[in-house]
Amino acid sequence: MKGPIRVAEPLIRLREVARVYGSGEAEVRALAGVSLTIDKGEFVAIMGASGSGKSTAMNIIGFLDRPTSGEYLFQGVPVQSLDADQRALLRRHTLGFVFQGFNLLPRATALENVELPLIYKGMPKARRVALAKAALETVGLKGREDSNPSQLSGGQQQRVAIARALAGSPQLILADEPTGNLDSKRSYEIMALLQVLNRESGITIVMVTHEEDIAAFAGRRLVFVDGILTEDHGKVGAP
Amino acid sequence: MIWESVALAFTAIIRNKLRSFLTVLGVVIGVAAVIAMVTIGQGSSAQVSASVESLGTNVLSVRPGKFRMGPPIGGATAQPPKFDIKDAEAIADLPSVAFVAPQVTTALTVVAGNANSATQVYGTTGDYLKVQNWAVASGRPFADVELDAGSPVCLLGQTVRADLFGKADPVGARIRIKTLSCQVIGVMAARGAGSFGQDQDDLILMPIKTVQRRLVGNSEVESISIALRKVATSADGVDQVSALLRDRRRIALGEEDNFSVTDMAEISSVLTGINTVLTGLLSSVAAVSLLVGGIGIMNIMLVSVTERTREIGIRLAVGASAGQVLMQFLVEAVVLSLLGGVLGIAVGLGLAFVASTFMSIPFAPSGAVVALAFGFSALVGVVFGYFPARRAARLDPIEALRHQ
Repeated sequence: MKGPIRVAEPLIRLREVARVYGSGEAEVRALAGVSLTIDKGEFVAIMGASGSGKSTAMNIIGFLDRPTSGEYLFQGVPVQSLDADQRALLRRHTLGFVFQGFNLLPRATALENVELPLIYKGMPKARRVALAKAALETVGLKGREDSNPSQLSGGQQQRVAIARALAGSPQLILADEPTGNLDSKRSYEIMALLQVLNRESGITIVMVTHEEDIAAFAGRRLVFVDGILTEDHGKVGAP
Repeated sequence: MIWESVALAFTAIIRNKLRSFLTVLGVVIGVAAVIAMVTIGQGSSAQVSASVESLGTNVLSVRPGKFRMGPPIGGATAQPPKFDIKDAEAIADLPSVAFVAPQVTTALTVVAGNANSATQVYGTTGDYLKVQNWAVASGRPFADVELDAGSPVCLLGQTVRADLFGKADPVGARIRIKTLSCQVIGVMAARGAGSFGQDQDDLILMPIKTVQRRLVGNSEVESISIALRKVATSADGVDQVSALLRDRRRIALGEEDNFSVTDMAEISSVLTGINTVLTGLLSSVAAVSLLVGGIGIMNIMLVSVTERTREIGIRLAVGASAGQVLMQFLVEAVVLSLLGGVLGIAVGLGLAFVASTFMSIPFAPSGAVVALAFGFSALVGVVFGYFPARRAARLDPIEALRHQ
């Protein structure tokens, strides 16, 4: 094959991504032109004060929102031109979410919660249960399959949420303040778990946080201020 | 995926048993009402056909005035002239005619010992039993001498017999009607309920002359029943009887008949027609409650979508498409509505069964109507579930996840 040496396309490439809410007087520029790349296998912490645009960046990276302008390539696929159903497919097959408030279905058991994304993948019941059990075991919740979220501690609930994100073998886990509702001991346990997943399973993790000690678990740190990326520390191979 | 949605819908419905039940109550009532109405209507139609058929298809009925069902319209019209016994005798001579039974009826109270019964007294001839195809269960029919002489003898219907004599044999006993003392010569066979559920056994038969002279005090004949010969068609019979009566009543050419000759097919179709109209009317009222039931489902589904906004957000985040969320809520509405439909079908058939037994008409459940009600309740679910489901599917996942 002719041409220059092929460089592997990064997992995530943002080019001059802006996100504007409202219009005229009420116009808010949540993101004002952000460019960055995240490679497969990275563990990235996005930091910033509230209103800095870090959550907006997270929503865009997670295919929940679309940039107002700029370009978002996910494995080379231009996400900004995909419709809602296509983005739902991307969420279904490539990523898992972990939220600050856990966001488990309150009336469903731990196992049913972990099964949820697999249902939308159209997986048969037996296979779903097997994968969900395996994921719960990975996060250290073997034996708690039939517990409701209300019967679990905060740390355990977040583990269920991580198992749910993990069950569909995603390429990317997006964690939005995953330790925001937990005390420091539980927080470190959760972070250690994410670290293991990143190192041993090679899952790319992008995490939003405003706590330094939590961000320290990540290999790379991005800092947002007023919708602009101001710092980028620890990029592998960066000068 | 559809089965996942159905399973999910059942889970949601079972979780809120009371609310689910109250939600579908409207549909239950609507479907039950429609099913009960239609089933009872069909039963009574079958009853009409059966009782008309039991009279035989070659029976004509002659009455003064135009044939009409229902109460008289306007009071000012002159009463058309009645018939007399000579009209009946003349009809009997027509070639198509086999038997003729002139009739006069009067509502009276009859007394035996200290028992009494308010009933209809029919004055007629011996041919009445042949025209009506009716047997005497015990005792004997009228003798010709009794008919000619206007003797005080009578035949009892089963209801009157039971009222006056209980289980005792009345043949040979005497009963009193007004001031007339009358000997019971026989008891009619039981006939059961008529086309409108009336009791056909609640009557007394007497020779027409006896009723005319001793009870009503005139010589009028109110109506004439005619049985045609087997070879004659009903149309021939109607033509011959009409021509004869026009002549006897001196009706000029081009003038309208002041009497009517109807055959059983006509009576049957009128009765069935009334039945159909009534059933349709009641069913459409019942259908309105189905509509109300549908609105109830829509209302609760809208509440449910609001309550479960966060759940919808979670589902969207883990990869559900808008179509899948729409399907989930639509299936839930349809499952709810179908449960209501099934419950309503059961309740409706139960009601119809009880009513049929009570009104002594046949219980005639129709598979087609049940299928229709089932289909209709599914349709109610789809129509009224669509709007809430679409609202759920259109939620913005980011907003939905933030919802408390």
